[in-house]
Amino acid sequence: MLHLTLFLIFGAICVAGAVNLLVQRHPINSALSLVVVMGSLAGEYLLLGAEFVAAIQVIIYAGAIMVLFVFVIMLLNAGEEERAGGSRVALLLGVPGMTIGSLLMAWVLLERSGTQSVMMGALPGPPKIIGWLLFHDFLLPFEVTSVLVLIAIMGAVVLASHPEPSQPRKKVD
Amino acid sequence: MVPLSYYLILSGVLFACGVVGFLIKRNIITIFISIELMLNGVNLSFVAFAAQWHALSGQVFVFFVMVVAAAEAAVGLAIIIALYRTRDTLNVDRVNLLKL
Repeated sequence: MLHLTLFLIFGAICVAGAVNLLVQRHPINSALSLVVVMGSLAGEYLLLGAEFVAAIQVIIYAGAIMVLFVFVIMLLNAGEEERAGGSRVALLLGVPGMTIGSLLMAWVLLERSGTQSVMMGALPGPPKIIGWLLFHDFLLPFEVTSVLVLIAIMGAVVLASHPEPSQPRKKVD
Repeated sequence: MVPLSYYLILSGVLFACGVVGFLIKRNIITIFISIELMLNGVNLSFVAFAAQWHALSGQVFVFFVMVVAAAEAAVGLAIIIALYRTRDTLNVDRVNLLKL
């Protein structure tokens, strides 16, 4: 009962944040709603027992990545979003289509998925075991992601660096 | 006790919100934020299925998703800065030429 109550509270905060992200027109409000979503998702992870994932979610996602977003929004002085006229066909076909699709999806998940109930803290994921898995079973993916991050850092530095004022190049021949 | 399908439905709702934001938003930073929302929805279903099958690999994969999200955010925001420097706009409707 406690599990269900906590799940519903965190889930409601989560969905409210996601909807608020869509409704707001200023990017900074959307970014802060995403922080709310991530914080309540960390609560959901804790309910499932994934304590380390929850901690990393708060530290990396809500901390580091969102700070990057907010920093860029403030750096570029992004203003309110301009309204664009949406197409009527998209509204007429999209809203019923999405309703039918999501109802079908919910029915399949609730009735036909064959999933069971989970206890509170069903699968504890302590940092020790996660680290052991990362450095034994997932060693190759782990090393590949380090290469990916290195490439991303270099790409970000190259892309965001100031372009040098174009100087007339000397002719080689 | 909570049915696992509730977690999956929450994950689906988050992913759908991300898709809707990706489609209807015009500001390129908000589009990026919607992508992050989609990744978060996927992460929740990873953790939920890990609890269902008692396999910690699901939780480990969340970290890989986070690393990819971080790399994507770093490169993407650098692209946005470069774009803003040349176009002076963040509206994707006005970025319709590959070359100025």
